[in-house]
Amino acid sequence: MKKSKQFWPFIIVAVLVYVVVQVLISTGMMNQFYSNTLILIAINIILAVSLHLVIGITGQFSIGHAGFLAVGAYISAIITMKLQLPFALAIIVGGVVAALAGLIVGIPSLRLKGDYLAIATLGFAEIIRIVFLNIDAVGGAAGMQVSHLTTWTYAFVCLVITIIVIVNFTNSRHGLAAISVRENEIASDAMGINTTYYKVIAFAIGSFFAGVAGALFSHNFYIIQPSQFGFLKSFDILIFVVLGGLGSLSGAVLSAILLTIVSTYLQGYPETRMIIYSLVLIIVMLYRPKGLMGTMEITDYFKLWRTPKGGGQHGK
Amino acid sequence: MGNKPLLEVKNTGIQFGGLKAVQNLNMVLNQGELVGLIGPNGAGKTTSFNLLTGVYVPTEGDILLNGERINGLPPFKVTRKGVSRTFQNIRLFNELSVLDNVKVAYHSIAKHSIISSILRLPSHFAGEKEMEEKSIEFLKIFSLDKYKDELAKNLPYGQQRRLEIARALAANPKLLLLDEPAAGMNPQETKDLMDLIAFIRDKFDLTILLIEHDMNLVMGVCERIYVLDHGQLLAEGSPEEIRNHPKVIEAYLGEEVHDVNA
Ligand SMILES: Nc1ncnc2c1ncn2[C@@H]1O[C@H](COP(=O)(O)OP(=O)(O)OP(=O)(O)O)[C@@H](O)[C@H]1O
Ligand SMILES: [Mg+2]
Repeated sequence: MKKSKQFWPFIIVAVLVYVVVQVLISTGMMNQFYSNTLILIAINIILAVSLHLVIGITGQFSIGHAGFLAVGAYISAIITMKLQLPFALAIIVGGVVAALAGLIVGIPSLRLKGDYLAIATLGFAEIIRIVFLNIDAVGGAAGMQVSHLTTWTYAFVCLVITIIVIVNFTNSRHGLAAISVRENEIASDAMGINTTYYKVIAFAIGSFFAGVAGALFSHNFYIIQPSQFGFLKSFDILIFVVLGGLGSLSGAVLSAILLTIVSTYLQGYPETRMIIYSLVLIIVMLYRPKGLMGTMEITDYFKLWRTPKGGGQHGK
Repeated sequence: MGNKPLLEVKNTGIQFGGLKAVQNLNMVLNQGELVGLIGPNGAGKTTSFNLLTGVYVPTEGDILLNGERINGLPPFKVTRKGVSRTFQNIRLFNELSVLDNVKVAYHSIAKHSIISSILRLPSHFAGEKEMEEKSIEFLKIFSLDKYKDELAKNLPYGQQRRLEIARALAANPKLLLLDEPAAGMNPQETKDLMDLIAFIRDKFDLTILLIEHDMNLVMGVCERIYVLDHGQLLAEGSPEEIRNHPKVIEAYLGEEVHDVNA
């Protein structure tokens, strides 16, 4: 429906962005610092958008997204480093195993009404971290050596696929079912929606892409350590979604970009980083309590702008 | 049609801790009937609906729809078997448009898979188009089509109640359960609602069970009435019989019945 009209502009913009950046990188006009920041932004957008599906669309509160990131990171690293298999395969397997982990965590906790998922994901992320901490084959606390395989091309292709899948899911009867669960689970159930099924599916898709992000993440740093996947990492991802505005995909993208830039520039000053980060959050919460975008999407603003009168409603 | 009743409730009940919210409930609804369920506050009317729709699993008895047991099924399966409902305190999907509220009810008739939607296969477009067209057609019947892009939460109260009924009907039920649909409505809205209920029953060949506090409404439209009190059936009969039933007068109606008679 609406999406078919936005699909080609999106693809054109995506291709343009990709080509421009790629040219800048290969001609050496963009140095390693900037290209790395762009890759980091892509990874963080994937994380933000995948969590947006779970929290913003389906209304299920998950606070352990870094656990799935860790699963994808370690599984993919094992595949490239221990099994010497190609990186593309490692990305897919990282995502699939993270999705399986999502099913294992999601099925028991999402059958129940209430915020059991929050507790379950929090516990899961901690358990995963401690498991990797205690497996010597993956380096324990010292970490695991990983080749630098993540390129701008890999990161960008994964990002585009993530956005297309999640947008297409959202703008379909399946996405509508997921949103109805968020809006009123009891009514959704009464309208014949299998609410548990949709909660689990959304959560598994979200976990899959967190795993994909994990594969990109681990092959971008030469080394991965369990300490990179602690609660603070989950919290960072959660902030992208909340700051952007619950239910707004463009909001999640926007805040992932903003916060990645802010924290990259402040990397050298960890204390200042926390202060500025907190200030940004406080200011946004004061002036835009529903997040940067509320529940609006970028495309809604275009519609508003084209039809100054009476175009006030938004699709989803 | 058949002589088998549409709904049979056999000695059903539920207990919350020590409280028997509903006990020994027996009811029979025949195809096409419009039946009232009345009783004072806390009598167990909403709880009975929750038993019929699978929200609560009865601790005793059985519930049969077309002779098939439905107690123990989760609510979404009960809905798919043909029982749908509205809620005493409106439960719309507030942040969704009026159109999307109805579309949710059509969810189960479209069959395209998640994969087809993600890959935007032809079956996705066909399925979505069918849902959209059916929903718009449906809104027209309820004269809600002019609000189709409005968010549900922005509708006036009376229209919200109407939308909730429309949404319940879009799920294509054989049995429709309405929990105090006239609550909070003014007399004009209540009258429109009565007309609407009579209209949908004929148009959709429905069986309706109606909880209502407004005696005029109940006595006016229902052919048969069940009276609940303290979780138990007190009486059953035509409006005339209920009006003159000594137990009912004594237990609860009293004043109001005189009003109706007057
Ligand atoms: N989930 C529950 N747990 C415990 N007690 C409950 C539960 N649901 C209902 N009850 C109790 O069961 C009794 C019947 O409640 P119910 O809501 O069915 O009454 P009602 O007839 O619909 O009343 P009203 O006219 O006020 O809507 C009340 O005493 C209520 O407190
Ligand atoms: Mg009630």
